[in-house]
Amino acid sequence: MAITATNSPVFDRIKDDIAQNPVTLFMKGTPVFPQCGFSAAVVQILTQMGVKFKGVDVLADPEIRQGIKEFSSWPTIPQLYVKGEFVGGCDIIREMYEAGELQDLLREKGIATRG
Amino acid sequence: MATIDRLRQRLTAAFAPSRLDIYDESHRHAGHAGSRPGGGTHFQVTIVAAAFAGQSRVARQRAVYDVLAEELATDIHALSLTALTPVEAASQGRG
Repeated sequence: MAITATNSPVFDRIKDDIAQNPVTLFMKGTPVFPQCGFSAAVVQILTQMGVKFKGVDVLADPEIRQGIKEFSSWPTIPQLYVKGEFVGGCDIIREMYEAGELQDLLREKGIATRG
Repeated sequence: MATIDRLRQRLTAAFAPSRLDIYDESHRHAGHAGSRPGGGTHFQVTIVAAAFAGQSRVARQRAVYDVLAEELATDIHALSLTALTPVEAASQGRG
C-alpha cells in the first residue's frame, strides 16, 4: 500500500515534525517507555550524550508508522533525523556513536551535547 | 526454504560477500511482539563486501534492505545489520 503522492498529508506531518525539532526520533513507544529494544538503544545513546530530542511514537499513529518508512525509504523503526536530514536507524546510530561520528555530526549541526 | 537460507542466497547473489554471518536471534525475543514459535523473525547479519566501498552507511543498508524487501515485508520482524568493506573489516579485526 504505497503512498504515491509526495504531498500526502502524512508526509506533511512528518516534514513539520522534522522541521520543528532539531533532533527527532521516530520510535516505538516513548523516550520514557520505549516499546522495542532498538528504539530503547537509540534513546539511551541520545540521553547519554545529553541531547534534547523529540520522540514520535509510531505505535500511537499507524499513518506515521507506515508513512515514515516511505518518506525515508527505510523499512525499519527507529529512525533518527537531525536538522531535517535522515541519519540512520539503530545500527548506524550505534556505529556512529562508537566511532565518535555522531558527536561530530551533532556539533557540526549546532546541536548541544553534554561534555 | 528457511528464511535464513533465503537471506544467505539473496545476499550472496547481490553482493558477492567475502564474509557473511547470519544469526537467527529470534529465541532472544521469544514472546516479544513480532516473534513466532520456531524462530526466523529476528536476524543479525554481518556482511563484508567490496561492493560497499565508497558508499555511506545509509546507502549500504538501503542496498541490503532493497535486496531483502520481500522478506522484510513478510517474515522478518527485525534485522540488525553491519555492512563493511574488506578494508574496514580488516582494520576492525573482523575480516
